Amino acid sequence: MEQLLEFETVSKKFGSKAALQGISLSVNPGRIVGLLGSNGSGKSTLMRIAAGLIRPDSGKVRVLGDEPGVQSKARVSFMPDKPQFESWMTVGEALNFQKDFFPDFDPDKSKRMLDFMKLSRKDKTSSLSKGMQERLQLTLALSRRASLYLLDEPIGGVDPVARDHILDALVEFYEEDSSVIVSTHLIADIERIFDEVLMIKDGSLVLREDVERIRLTSGKSVDQLFKEVYAEC
Amino acid sequence: MTIEFNNNLPIYLQIMNYIKLQIVTGKLGPGEKIPSVRELASELKINPNTIQRTFQELEREGVAESRRGLGRFVTSEDEKIMSIKKEMASELLERFIGGMRELGFDGDNIVKIVAESVEDGKREPGGSHSGTTA
Repeated sequence: MEQLLEFETVSKKFGSKAALQGISLSVNPGRIVGLLGSNGSGKSTLMRIAAGLIRPDSGKVRVLGDEPGVQSKARVSFMPDKPQFESWMTVGEALNFQKDFFPDFDPDKSKRMLDFMKLSRKDKTSSLSKGMQERLQLTLALSRRASLYLLDEPIGGVDPVARDHILDALVEFYEEDSSVIVSTHLIADIERIFDEVLMIKDGSLVLREDVERIRLTSGKSVDQLFKEVYAEC
Repeated sequence: MTIEFNNNLPIYLQIMNYIKLQIVTGKLGPGEKIPSVRELASELKINPNTIQRTFQELEREGVAESRRGLGRFVTSEDEKIMSIKKEMASELLERFIGGMRELGFDGDNIVKIVAESVEDGKREPGGSHSGTTA
């Protein structure tokens, strides 16, 4: 089976600060993967390298079999942790912008998602609350029929009710033969939708495990295990 | 269909138990169609792979059977359904008896207390428990 994403001893420094240190990992098709780590552990750096926005200093990255670039970007849908639309845009304009950039944009799916998210094309993006902005971000990302979705902190700034709604949308709208990587530090709310989790700490991978196996063998939730792993430092 | 999930236990086991409960209580009848993976995933807001695994396990245990192109169905064997019921009852009993033994009751006492409690339940329809167990 073709690996959707492969990292081989990937490292990245910003100035003198090491963001990633020799990370190796792979993601198979049809999986929802949680990328877990506290703030500053390297989650976003990993995501941005996979999305082809920044290059690693060393190591090999393969996205859908190739180095990240034009081809991979056409099949990878990245949702950054900050708004990717301009403040003068309406919701409809933001969607059109996305549509112009990506051939795999599915207008029908985006329409269904807008309804689900209770967004209107006429809304001004500058007047959306933070929670609504996150809904729009997710709508933009999931309206594409991509092979790999990279969602950076999709539930970071919203209240628990809105959080549930965003998770429901994720389960409802992701493509079954594709994979989704979701980075988060809010684990308890979201762990029910993961197949497996990757835990990174100080730029290194400390654990990669099937979530049901964690529960079966340790009798612990992923959230509990996460707290134990991160309390060790 | 709603389940309060416990994140400390494998989710597929919790869904299996839930479906078994539906079967023994007759909410899912013998031979009845079980919702598809996709339907159940979006209803329970759970990863489809987890539902897939639940169904595989149910099939392996003979609780459900899949018919090519038609979907998955509850077994129509009454014996199988009866045995699920017995299995669930014995799990409950095991836990109850274990708890009672921890409290210091021996076998005879447990039987006596259960018998009394059942009698009380009969006398007071509605099953309200007044403190008459002594």
